[in-house]
Amino acid sequence: MAAVTQVAELGSYVEAFRELEQRTIRQPDWLRSMRRDAFARFCDAGFPTTKDEDWRFTNVAAIARGSFAAAAAGNSRLTMEELQPFRIPGAACRLVFVNGHFEPELSDKASCPPAVEAGSLAGALARNPETLNPHLGRYLNTQRDSFCCLNTAFLEDGAYVRIAKGTVVEAPLHLLFVFIGAGEPLMAHPRNLLIAEPDTQVDIVEEHVSLAEGIFFSNVVTELVAQENAVLSHHMIERENREAFHVSTLRIQAARNANVRSHSVLTGGALVRNNIHPVLSGEGAECLINGLFIGDGHQHMDNYMLLEHASPHCSSRQFYNGILDGEAHGVFHGRIIVHKDAQKTDAKQTNRNLLLSDSAQIDTKPQLEIYADDVKCTHGATIGQIDEEALFYLRTRGLKEGSARQLLLFAFAGECLERIAPGAARTYIERIIHQSLPSRVRPFSGGGLEMDRHWEEVG
Amino acid sequence: MTTANTIQDFTDQEYKWGFITEVDEDRIPKGLNEDVVRLISSKKEEPEFMLQWRLKAYRHWVSLERSQSEPKWAHIKYPPIDYQNIVYYSAPKQKPGRTSLDEVDPEILKAYEKLGISLGEQKRLSGVAVDAVFDSVSVATTFKEKLAEKGVIFCSFSEAVRKHPALIEKYLGSVVPYTDNFFATLNAAVFSDGSFVYVPKGVRCPMELSTYFRINAADTGQFERTLIIAEEGASVSYLEGCTAPVRDENQLHAAVVELVALDYAQIKYSTVQNWYPGDKQGKGGIYNFVTKRGKCLGKNSKISWTQVETGSAITWKYPSCILIGDNSIGEFYSVALTNNYQQADTGTKMIHIGKNTRSTVVAKGISAGFGQNTYRGQVKIMKGATGARNYTQCDSLLIGDKCGAHTFPYIEVRNGSAQMEHEASTSKVGEDQIFYLRQRGLSAEEAVSMIINGFCKQVFRELPMEFAVEAQKLLSVSLKGAWGKDGHAGNPQSTREYQSSGDSEGD
Repeated sequence: MAAVTQVAELGSYVEAFRELEQRTIRQPDWLRSMRRDAFARFCDAGFPTTKDEDWRFTNVAAIARGSFAAAAAGNSRLTMEELQPFRIPGAACRLVFVNGHFEPELSDKASCPPAVEAGSLAGALARNPETLNPHLGRYLNTQRDSFCCLNTAFLEDGAYVRIAKGTVVEAPLHLLFVFIGAGEPLMAHPRNLLIAEPDTQVDIVEEHVSLAEGIFFSNVVTELVAQENAVLSHHMIERENREAFHVSTLRIQAARNANVRSHSVLTGGALVRNNIHPVLSGEGAECLINGLFIGDGHQHMDNYMLLEHASPHCSSRQFYNGILDGEAHGVFHGRIIVHKDAQKTDAKQTNRNLLLSDSAQIDTKPQLEIYADDVKCTHGATIGQIDEEALFYLRTRGLKEGSARQLLLFAFAGECLERIAPGAARTYIERIIHQSLPSRVRPFSGGGLEMDRHWEEVG
Repeated sequence: MTTANTIQDFTDQEYKWGFITEVDEDRIPKGLNEDVVRLISSKKEEPEFMLQWRLKAYRHWVSLERSQSEPKWAHIKYPPIDYQNIVYYSAPKQKPGRTSLDEVDPEILKAYEKLGISLGEQKRLSGVAVDAVFDSVSVATTFKEKLAEKGVIFCSFSEAVRKHPALIEKYLGSVVPYTDNFFATLNAAVFSDGSFVYVPKGVRCPMELSTYFRINAADTGQFERTLIIAEEGASVSYLEGCTAPVRDENQLHAAVVELVALDYAQIKYSTVQNWYPGDKQGKGGIYNFVTKRGKCLGKNSKISWTQVETGSAITWKYPSCILIGDNSIGEFYSVALTNNYQQADTGTKMIHIGKNTRSTVVAKGISAGFGQNTYRGQVKIMKGATGARNYTQCDSLLIGDKCGAHTFPYIEVRNGSAQMEHEASTSKVGEDQIFYLRQRGLSAEEAVSMIINGFCKQVFRELPMEFAVEAQKLLSVSLKGAWGKDGHAGNPQSTREYQSSGDSEGD
């Protein structure tokens, strides 16, 4: 397990934890002891090192060394105008979290259907903690991962969404996590609990942005419970500033015949680790994990997937595309475990990577661990460059080299986009991908004007 | 391919190489300490540099053991090994100064005859030169003179140490240093014999070279070391085979193989590994912890590993290629089979350092019974390896619902011009395929045998001819009892189709 990092460095966490304990003294015992256990485990294990198999390619020393102050609530100076660019047209609701704390003033729940309970976790814990007890922290594996321990130790606020049985929510729910600077490095540990009761359908967009320069460490955990026959899409968008540390864990529990789709788009951050851990616990559950990561400069993007087939007749699909430029370092770690009883499993995993520069790095580790015999599992990984022949073809059709490259890049990114069901969320994500791609074509930016026109054609 | 004999093999055959040969042994007491290392070295009449090298390795190993650095990361389980409870040197007693086959103990010759490897005259027809290693020492090497005409040196390792110390000193440990890993370090300290091949510049070795390893004595570990050097423009094909008697306790086999290929040289190394796998309850069997590595030092050189792993209670080995020379090529073809309680954690490492280096990895795993089969492979493209290319394919076949198949590839790319493809699939033998073959008149066993041989074809065709036939037979024998008479393995309802390797990528 994780080697112990210097205990002295945990000092700032100890202090912050003490303050939190004081603040939450009125909360129920189960919650407080859950926090305390998690914090003890975190102090025990410390931050992981690259000796840890799960962290082999990602060095979190920068986080371990850093000293982060816990971001305080309620001193947001943000206005609605500043958040205007982060609006999904037609969204059912937008919950805004500033530095990890819920901001009711900036949130908009006007068009939220009555069968949807959406608000802050802190609010739900204050009102009615016992309804959360059966779910909160019941799925997350804190034994393996120090960051999950840390999040649980500082569990205070985040989004709480519950879709009542039989409800179909057509417009997406937007959870917006905004970081605003405070002069010193800050940390936040938002904790989200999303529960889709039986026979429901919902799209959730979880977005992380920064509206300021500065170092920020966000360590997010989302527990997503898809009960029987629930159809659920989760979109994670990470576009924080280039100094941000972002560790995110999505834990999906899929019951019988549930259908969960997880889409991730990572474009920001200095060091990003995106953990996705679905467990297909009911028969016939289906899961799609779809992701795109676009990195350049010195960005480090680590995608860690652990997919557990725990029941028979489940199917899963994983598709991850990476585009790396500059000195970016990408990591893909996909692990599929098929448990003994999970016969008739159908699992497939594909990781494709484009390297645009000589200094870009990619480490990929697709793994299959199979203990049942009646299964069909495949995985594939490719690493390469833009196809010269395709480029040549486009040039014979009269496109400039720059445009042709962009078109091919967009097509590559588009593979991920196509797996998202059409709707407001997809349109929103498409725009983000557009914005983050063009600058990636380095030496061939043959005239901005021509490029712009070209993007309109594609769009 | 499949005959009536194969069915018989399927149903009846046990591990047929499990007999014990009665020969007088010269063995040293159990245990490992500096004196044992010195004793082994003096028994081999080694020059001083060898002894010093062994002692360095031994001291390093002691520090490794003290810090409990025995590798634990592999997907295998076994009780701790008591390294003091092993005999590190055992040799059949013989007259000193043996020069020809006639002086080899007839019991040993008989043993090899029984294994189908005649060291005598008749083998001359098949044109394979054999070096036979019995417990800790090489007992006979055939065709030496004929090879010497071409300048090829093929002899036991100890003989090479005596006769060609300059070559040994230059290359020993240059690919697998004594500090490499726990078992390689142990081997460096106590290795007793092995084969040595040197092919001079521009020579194409006129025949296949082969080493046959046999563990006979009880409580012994076998630690052999093989070193193959191909000079500029040379080429050589080398085969090794191994068997051991049936014994209740586990025996340790920790070998090291080093290959060096200089400019334009080619080395092809094939293994058919058939150590005693333990009985049906998983009792006994060989722990096969082997370090094999080749260095493509020169430009346009090529190293190709082919292995068929059917034996051993535990297999832990990763034949690797370090592609240093520009345009050099590394290849790895493997079939690993685990039945009953066998465990295998095997694969390869391809380290691309030179420009335009290419590597191909094809690994086929078959798990039956309670077997656990793991492919673990690393492909690493270093910063300067412009234009590197890799293709990896690993497929697993599951027979029965108690076994496991796992794939742990590591792909690390530090150069943007690299092209890598990796694909893997896991599936079971298709009921519909068996049904089809059965309605064409084949029995269930024949059908399974045919499907499995088809599954492994890509690897078998890389083997030298005699070995390919041998390997096919071996596979069906090793799978004995894994498949019920009715053509079902554990789960009769299955309908899933076995995915052939070609379409595993799918889109």
